[in-house]
Amino acid sequence: MKKIISVLVENQAGVLNKITGLFSRRAFNIESLAVGVTDDKNISRITIIVDSGNSVVEQVEKQLNKLVDVIKVRTIEENHMIGRELILIKVSASTRTRQDILNVCQIMGGKIDDISPTSMTLELSDTTEKVDLFEELLRPFSILEVARTGLVALRKGHGGD
Amino acid sequence: MVKGAQALIESLRREGVTHVFGYAGATICEAVDALAASDIGYTLVRTEQNAGHMASGYARMSGKVGVCMVTSGPGATNLITGIATAYMDSIPMVAITGQVESHLLGRDIFQEVDITGAVAPFIKHSYLVKDAREIPRVVKEAFHIASTGRQGPVLIDIPSDVQKKEIDPVYPESVDIRGYKPSYRGNVVQIRRVAEAIGQSKRPVICAGGGIFSAGARQELKELAESAGIPVVTTMMGLGVLPTDHPLNMGMIGSFGNTCANKALAKSDLLILAGARVANRAILSPSEIGRRMRTIHMDVDPAEIGKNVSTNIPVVGDIRCILGQVLEHKPHVDSGEWIDILRQKRAEELAAEIMPLKAGVHPGKVMRSLGRQMAENACVCVDVGQNQIWACKYLPLREGRFLTTGGLGTMGYALPAAIGAKVACPDRQTVVVCGDGGFQMAFNELATLVSQGSDIKIVLLENHVLGLVNEIQKKSYSGPFGVNLDGSPDFGILAQAYGIAFGRVDADQDIDEAVGRMLAHQGPYILCCGVDADTTTGD
Repeated sequence: MKKIISVLVENQAGVLNKITGLFSRRAFNIESLAVGVTDDKNISRITIIVDSGNSVVEQVEKQLNKLVDVIKVRTIEENHMIGRELILIKVSASTRTRQDILNVCQIMGGKIDDISPTSMTLELSDTTEKVDLFEELLRPFSILEVARTGLVALRKGHGGD
Repeated sequence: MVKGAQALIESLRREGVTHVFGYAGATICEAVDALAASDIGYTLVRTEQNAGHMASGYARMSGKVGVCMVTSGPGATNLITGIATAYMDSIPMVAITGQVESHLLGRDIFQEVDITGAVAPFIKHSYLVKDAREIPRVVKEAFHIASTGRQGPVLIDIPSDVQKKEIDPVYPESVDIRGYKPSYRGNVVQIRRVAEAIGQSKRPVICAGGGIFSAGARQELKELAESAGIPVVTTMMGLGVLPTDHPLNMGMIGSFGNTCANKALAKSDLLILAGARVANRAILSPSEIGRRMRTIHMDVDPAEIGKNVSTNIPVVGDIRCILGQVLEHKPHVDSGEWIDILRQKRAEELAAEIMPLKAGVHPGKVMRSLGRQMAENACVCVDVGQNQIWACKYLPLREGRFLTTGGLGTMGYALPAAIGAKVACPDRQTVVVCGDGGFQMAFNELATLVSQGSDIKIVLLENHVLGLVNEIQKKSYSGPFGVNLDGSPDFGILAQAYGIAFGRVDADQDIDEAVGRMLAHQGPYILCCGVDADTTTGD
């Protein structure tokens, strides 16, 4: 089962290395990882998705908590969170296909970031499933390049970490 | 204004450091210079790995944080095994490494390695200090982290220019690290559940590990076992928590353990793990445990609970504190019959006669003789391999200590650990037990031993082979290969070269006298025991 682990860490050099190193040496597989600073510039939030059983996730949490640079670890259940991922996708586009691509983009609530005589670059920020679907719908037009951020997430409601 | 290096040494002094084990080099010279001007003692080792092991032996005997200090590059990489060993055995240690000048970091210049990166998987925490003003705070934090919670090594990497930098140091009085708040007291609800579970059990057993020593909880453990009537088994790291002949001590568990202890574990209805992480060598089938009995796991490290064995009642906190809390409930078990069965089995096991071998001395007889004749509170440092198994099996312990590396199993640990232990407790009889393989990994430290004037007795079991590997190869592979220690020196001449007294024993009937002569000798002594290469840990 997929679990989202949200980790608040000291915003210092080498901290990300310690976290990913922990995952690799204990053979926990990371599905997605996103890092960014929080409203406190001394603290970063790392959002990790793991696809493992409960006991593995519990061990991941405990091992993360042991790292001195880790301030807080929280596992968020999928239905208790707002999760978003950003995709940038470049597809081949000719005058013939441009309108069709635009349709897909509009239906999905995406945005056009760049256009050239032979290509278009689109942007979408949504749940992982929607982003997957977006990519799928654009595949017939020939995808040239994709960049995805990995999921970032916050808990629903007033409560924070 | 003082230099960063001076602030470093002053910070160490404020942490109560009285001794440092180290090896100087270009990038640590500034710190060594400041150390020389202080009243802190210093031991020059012969290779950096052993500075780590000495700091480990020192820490285990003094109850303080062991400190080692080496130079950058190869000095730091040589120390890695010492750090990993301390990590696996949960020994409090602060390792200080010199580093190339901070503005040259990352350019692969002479004697530069990323040591904080290299040790990351097996260190509790590490610092790379780029601003000399941070030194007092970093040292204070490092000692706090090393010595609290689950103890372990912490590394401080200091570039040489940072050591030279002039600063006005501010020495903090306290530590506040927001990501590090280890639990101390056990949760009261869980403690009550522990007391109830003990009361309800019929065949309880305590499995004590190295955590008992780390927390200084020997007395509390003994009190709980005696007052509640619970037999005790130990892991290898827990050997010595109770005297071998204590009526409730049923021996060591595990693949190389005592039959009685393993039986106690298998037949119990309540397993109380106290400061033991029970890795694969201790408990062969952890899944069985969860199925067959209730389990209480007391440990300072929450991540250990449920990692190897599933647990019904977890208690996180300092073992000494937790045991004290449990004692307040005055738990009691009516375990008379259970104890009687085990005690009989144990008595048979301890009294079992050791049959003489076809050739050479029986290592078991050497261990029994040593245990009988050594001081009551002796510190015995045991290496890795067959010698370790024999010592675990046959060496009777009383109030002393049994120092070995149960976690990483680093050959060559015993001799340097003993030198460190002797610095911590100069008046304690200190004995090394090792094989001729491990000894040859560490005998360069005989020079350190001589220079320190350390009165250490070395029982060297010489069988000209890497015995345990030899056993494994005979049992599970196509046969012995690359295990014969051909070309080993005559250890008598070697001892003479270092000016160390030497004795030999090659027959069982001479063991008592030979061991007696060694222990009576004033000063260091090597007793070489001729063991046949075919002798196994099963003999």
